[in-house]
Amino acid sequence: MAPVLITSPHAHSARSTAGMMLKVLLATVPGILVLTYFFGFGTLVNILWACVVALTCESLALALRRRPLLFYLGDYSALVTATLIGIALPPYSSWWLIAIGTGSAILLAKHLYGGLGYNPFNPAMVGYVILLISFPVQMTSWALPQGPEELPGLIEALKACFAPAHYDGTTMATPLDLLKQNNSLPVDELWVENQQFGRWAGLGWEWVNIAFLGGGLWLLWQRVFTWHAPVTMLVALALMASLFYDGGSAASGGSPLFHLLSGATMLGAFFIVTDPVTSAVSLRGRLVYGTLIGVLIYVIRVWGNYPDAMAFAVLIMNFAAPFIDHFTQPRTYGHRDKPENR
Amino acid sequence: MADTDYKMLTRSGLWKNNPAIVQLLGLCPLLAVTGSVVNAIGLAIATTFVLVGSGAAVSAVRQVLSDAIRLPVFVMIIAAAVTCIELLMQAFAYELYQILGIFLPLITTNCIILGRAESFASRNPMIPAIYDGFIMGIGFSLVLILLGGLREVIGTGVLFADMDLLFGPSAADWEWVLVESYQPFLLAILPPGAFIFAGLIIAVKNLIDIRIEKRRDRLRQKPVKGARRVRVTGKIS
Repeated sequence: MAPVLITSPHAHSARSTAGMMLKVLLATVPGILVLTYFFGFGTLVNILWACVVALTCESLALALRRRPLLFYLGDYSALVTATLIGIALPPYSSWWLIAIGTGSAILLAKHLYGGLGYNPFNPAMVGYVILLISFPVQMTSWALPQGPEELPGLIEALKACFAPAHYDGTTMATPLDLLKQNNSLPVDELWVENQQFGRWAGLGWEWVNIAFLGGGLWLLWQRVFTWHAPVTMLVALALMASLFYDGGSAASGGSPLFHLLSGATMLGAFFIVTDPVTSAVSLRGRLVYGTLIGVLIYVIRVWGNYPDAMAFAVLIMNFAAPFIDHFTQPRTYGHRDKPENR
Repeated sequence: MADTDYKMLTRSGLWKNNPAIVQLLGLCPLLAVTGSVVNAIGLAIATTFVLVGSGAAVSAVRQVLSDAIRLPVFVMIIAAAVTCIELLMQAFAYELYQILGIFLPLITTNCIILGRAESFASRNPMIPAIYDGFIMGIGFSLVLILLGGLREVIGTGVLFADMDLLFGPSAADWEWVLVESYQPFLLAILPPGAFIFAGLIIAVKNLIDIRIEKRRDRLRQKPVKGARRVRVTGKIS
């Protein structure tokens, strides 16, 4: 009996899309728990409602495109998109805000381009940006963190989402927003005057970011993505912040630690920049891709119009990813670096 | 071309070769000013006027024009027509003229107009040229108004706002509030919304075309089943 011939590649475990997506979902759990601890049940309600909308839209799009429903729903990619949107939106958002964002993410950014694997832009970020430029008021008011005031309970959170007219919540600017609007106080005094600031970054925010960092490191250990893009992004952001931070004058952009641990930095670095579909493919390309996102985040945060810049920076670099790939093609084995007759 | 097929011209201008959603010409004004129905109608009237006027003039001078200088002449004719409509708008709809701003003079550079002058008006007699300009203008206008209406409704929840800018003070109460206390959806009014909605309109148009094509295929005479080649080997009687 002849031995069975197996050709290369000889990888032993086939990695399914569903498995990767489940790991990503699992890695967001610590961040979501910390968000819930500091800002109440708003984030959880956001995520659950976004998941419902995402699954509905995904089924609708699949039915319209006559694709097998269960096969594509089973890759959990819609759930990952919905979870990221739910985390990114302010807690206690209204149901229609979440529905518009998630719906446009799934229908416009994903299925109009041909579904998972064909989308040039990160669906979650497209949904977020559509909301941010359409409803700036709702999108830039974040819930109060625990400490200054009592957190709303679960019933209150549900009411805020599904009966926004009867919900009377208090919101305030995020630390990034405050720093952006401040142009008279030195950074030190700003921190003393505003209760939103915590030890290093913002009350609650620093722990949220550390939790996402933990989830991201676990994903890295599980080899869901390579280190190139997230690490270069964080290094570039820290470098930019240290270059332009002058110790705390009024126009100063905040310390490097503040930028690393505030807003969506860690969520973006490990869950959005690493999206295998929309990022650059080659390893050298990912270094460039991550670096430029880090630089763009700082530029838009400090000199741009919007307080947080994750979504814009990622979308701009999604545009550039094919271009980066073109110039960072790895050398084919057995070929010279630059063939003479190309 | 002695006898022009007006029916074909109509079909081509309105649907088969629609300047806005098939040729994709003149996208700049199409996307920039369709934030509301009144803007769209204003630009639609202006563009149709220029198309008809320049079509007539180009057709009139086509016999005396040498090939080498035809393009500058076309552009001057178009610019003259644009100047006319600009002055008319200043006289009769000044507020709208201010809202449309740079997009009125920019009609001169609209590719639809130069395209029709080059490909139709300079090769045909005057009456068909005028008709072609008119029907192309209508085709463009319909898309403009549809896009303007969609963006206005989705963006602000109101239809036909500020119609008095174009139709006089009696049109001020044409405004039709579809949804009370609507949360403005800024994306629809901003330029990216124009791209998205124009894309959706084109998609719907293509979908309808595919449906029509399928139905035509179904109606076409099918070959009769059972008509096989006659087997001639064997017994012949």
